[in-house]
Amino acid sequence: MKRVYVNEQWCLGCHLCEYNCAFANSGLTDMVKALKDKPIYPRVHIEQSDDITYAVSCRHCKDPLCVKSCIAGAISIDDGVVKIDKNKCVGCLTCVLVCPYGAVRPGPTGAAQKCELCLENSCGEPACAAGCPNNAIVYEER
Amino acid sequence: MSKFVIIGNGVAAAGCIEGIRSVDSQSEITVISAEKHPVYSRPLISYYLEGKTTLEKMNYRGLDFYDKNNAELIYAAAEKIDVKKREVTFGGKKTKFDKLCLATGSSPFVPKMDGLESVKNKFTFMTMDDSLALEKVLKKDSRVLIVGAGLIGLKCAEGILERVSSVTVCDLADRVLSSILDSECAAVMQKHLESKGIRFLLSDSAESFDKNAAKMKRGETVEFDILVLAVGVRANVSLAKDAGADVNRGIIIDTKMQTTLENIYAAGDCTEGYDSSIGANRVLAILPNAYMQGFCAGVNMAGGDSSITNAIPMNSIGFFGLHCTSAGSYFADGEGEIFEQKTCGGIKRLYIKDNKLTGYIIIGDVTGAGIYTSLVREKTDLCDVDIDKLKKDATLAMFLPQTRRKKLGGVV
Repeated sequence: MKRVYVNEQWCLGCHLCEYNCAFANSGLTDMVKALKDKPIYPRVHIEQSDDITYAVSCRHCKDPLCVKSCIAGAISIDDGVVKIDKNKCVGCLTCVLVCPYGAVRPGPTGAAQKCELCLENSCGEPACAAGCPNNAIVYEER
Repeated sequence: MSKFVIIGNGVAAAGCIEGIRSVDSQSEITVISAEKHPVYSRPLISYYLEGKTTLEKMNYRGLDFYDKNNAELIYAAAEKIDVKKREVTFGGKKTKFDKLCLATGSSPFVPKMDGLESVKNKFTFMTMDDSLALEKVLKKDSRVLIVGAGLIGLKCAEGILERVSSVTVCDLADRVLSSILDSECAAVMQKHLESKGIRFLLSDSAESFDKNAAKMKRGETVEFDILVLAVGVRANVSLAKDAGADVNRGIIIDTKMQTTLENIYAAGDCTEGYDSSIGANRVLAILPNAYMQGFCAGVNMAGGDSSITNAIPMNSIGFFGLHCTSAGSYFADGEGEIFEQKTCGGIKRLYIKDNKLTGYIIIGDVTGAGIYTSLVREKTDLCDVDIDKLKKDATLAMFLPQTRRKKLGGVV
């Protein structure tokens, strides 16, 4: 299955992936309306270690702890993609407690959210990878 | 073709069904459930009272769960297990099994207290039916006394606070959430809960009751309209014990979830299994554990090979918007390094000993907490971790570049 992978040696730390992610998941068609002067809740985030930056998002683990640990039964695997049903989620953040990558975070309503590969939003494929100017984030089969 | 029977119908049972079906799509599965509900998310009963979920959304799996997994669900209380005949008796009927899983859960423990029988509106808080019964008596002017400041008592307090006039919580312990928080963190959470209007009587408990009044050990008399008893829970072990299984505080299981009886497995809150954070058996009554144990039991019952050797205590719990995550075990001052960082309205405490993170507590911003949890679970040697970065934030920056590249560059 195709997943999002990170080539940290190419990452510029420009945070464009975060903006593209927040926009793709906003449901809006105008990027300015979606992002300007608002707190954004991207599902990918840039971390820094010394002078290296890299993007972190859900690994779509084969045997995901978040799915097994969710107290609401709100996280499931659909064709390899780990998904959160935000209507069932009560925001207890047990998924945050167990994700070894720090890839799950609370969204704007308090429900947990994470990368779902943009398969169901208007982008259709991961917006972080599509918009990365330096191929530091790729969407491919490994 | 085998015949599998599961006693109990909580999350451990759901895990068991899915575990069996991951190996065996054909054999018969019968679930015997004392509660007359399809599997639901038990910890959500307080969220229900708070209006943050609905009875429908509390279903842990879709309504077609049993059909889809070709499992028969029977609402009845199991009465007896005949180990020799491999037979379970329930409601006057019998069913045979090749492999059995006990997922009997736990029950509220109600200590003997003088005058308790004179209290009309008294409740425990464990099941959907408990929650619905409590909801029926909640009134805007109700004064509620909750005995027990643990996870159950405080989630109940949060769930009902806006629907009643006052909530008082008492506990014999000197702090709130004594099973998961150290004193420093408990103080932070207590202050937050008090700021929302909950009153605490700690190091104190109800000595006796007289209708609508509780006489406290330390002298005060607390008047109430509704009493919630959340002192603690006890594993439901009697079926296993009567059948001859070794039982301590829970049904003893090995790392494959097998009890000391052949063909009989157990999973979830009724068990006492291996806790790798203390290197001994212990009741780990947490939902993730229930699911994983159930799944593991199911795989083994169906002829697969699965074991769990890295279970640890861990909790994520929030109150009125303030989150708290914790994992592992703590130690007394002087036995290792306790790193503390105060944050705006919160606190973080990391327990580091013998170059390992043995446990941690974060109240407030819990971003990335799972990275700490994984260090505890995997007993990661901190030689390969940048300790300063570890203390600062829970991010992948604390790892060596090659470790991090592996984490982010491969299929996991």
